Amino acid sequence: MELFANQVLAGIATGAIYACMALAVVMIYQAIDHLNFAQGEMAMFSTFVSWQLMQWGVPYWGAFVLTVAFSFAAGIVIERLLFKPLAKAPILTNVAGFIALYAIINSVAGLIWDFTIKQYPTPFGSSPFLGSQLISTHQAGMIGITLLMLALLFFFFRFTRVGLAMRAAASLPESARLVGINTSWMIALGWGMASAIGSIAGMMIAPVVFLEPNMMLGVLIYGFAAAVLGGLTSPFGAVMGGFLVGIFENLVGTYIPGVGNELKLPIALALIIVVLVVKPAGLFGRAIVKRV
Amino acid sequence: MTAMLNVKDLRAYYGQVQALHGLSFSLNEGSLTTLLGANGAGKTTTLRAICNMVRSTGAIEFEGKPIGTRSTENVVRLGIAHVPQGRGTFTNMTVEENLQLGAISRSDKNAIGADIERMYEHFPVLKQRYTQQAGTLSGGEQQMLAVARALMLRPRLMLLDEPSFGLAPLIVRDLFRILGKINREEKVTILVVEQNAQLALELADQAYVIETGRIVMSGNAKDIANNEDVRKSYLGY
Repeated sequence: MELFANQVLAGIATGAIYACMALAVVMIYQAIDHLNFAQGEMAMFSTFVSWQLMQWGVPYWGAFVLTVAFSFAAGIVIERLLFKPLAKAPILTNVAGFIALYAIINSVAGLIWDFTIKQYPTPFGSSPFLGSQLISTHQAGMIGITLLMLALLFFFFRFTRVGLAMRAAASLPESARLVGINTSWMIALGWGMASAIGSIAGMMIAPVVFLEPNMMLGVLIYGFAAAVLGGLTSPFGAVMGGFLVGIFENLVGTYIPGVGNELKLPIALALIIVVLVVKPAGLFGRAIVKRV
Repeated sequence: MTAMLNVKDLRAYYGQVQALHGLSFSLNEGSLTTLLGANGAGKTTTLRAICNMVRSTGAIEFEGKPIGTRSTENVVRLGIAHVPQGRGTFTNMTVEENLQLGAISRSDKNAIGADIERMYEHFPVLKQRYTQQAGTLSGGEQQMLAVARALMLRPRLMLLDEPSFGLAPLIVRDLFRILGKINREEKVTILVVEQNAQLALELADQAYVIETGRIVMSGNAKDIANNEDVRKSYLGY
């Protein structure tokens, strides 16, 4: 029972990171109807930026805030330079754009910081949380930061005018323009926010997976699985999906013999396929009905 | 009276297909004008061209300013509200959020709450449903909401694309009564595109008739209603 509780809690902790990545993916998907394959690499690059800042002597939380701000700006710049011109391009052009972005960011990070694995600090320490052996303070911190971020996002989208405008632009771009919303900038803002959310996920998971240019590959696939499970049209679903995938991953790895760490990733991929076949809209997503 | 909107030699294209062939008309400030025509005559395209939602050439002037090259959102921000065909309701948001969105480009945030209350007076049914998802409203209620949302802009000019479409006759009468009231009391200039020619001509003071992308007749709504050709083609008697 102790083992079960332990694995569930650990699953919630890593699930928090998947939830962040899934949320970032869903934000961009809502805005432009494409999956951002480079979301993980953007988060990885942000994490390296924070590491570099700390190497230069900036304290952890200073580096954290600067990195989130940098990622927000970088997300907007990427959208303006790369994806705004592709807005009306066919889907494959966009996919090629995402893959190019993935490869470029990955290589540039390798070029600047090389591919050796680096230690990454945690501000929460790694002692047992509240004296309990179940989760560490870092895992509790990850969950706390994620929940805090979700609460802020909820407040932003629910109660601010910009949040309302972003929702309108994502759901009905033409109507949004007809009430005077600059939908193009709302998309850029969505990219900025997705990039900032991803950077937080990167900085939270880096102490666990260690810092290196390929650190986010697995995390992003879990993020995709979470987004698909929760429903690509539902930010809330993406978050729930993240936690569920985190728990699922840990329980399967623990209780099903033969599934070690090596087989965990294929399970995420299998989950994506099963959801797409059985319930394509996901647990919380809306099925898109087109009137003909 | 001065012309508020001046459209000259408007030509619009969908890809290679030309939908408007040199349309010219003007709207007087404070007027209620209707644009009549059969299916495919170019009524919707005319409204979309004013808001730059379709590729077009020609001169469009609003209050003396050329607006032909402005983006849709910047045309709207001048005070031109457009209630599109199909209403464009944000169905997954609440009635109140839809109204908030109508005022999203306004900078006088403090007056928005009072305007929402005013909309509830015009359209009492919306007040009963303000926390409800807009998609759960009936067609008539959604059309009321679309008009209210457009009014939240505090527009100088309101463009309506077939507001009667798909509504029960009684509801259409109610809606047109409210439009007339808005035109008189709120001093909003209105251009309404309609297939329901009879009602539109009763409501309007000016009318244009459009056929295959050209204006074929214009004048006082009463004169148009009495015109032999119009009666045969559009009024059915």
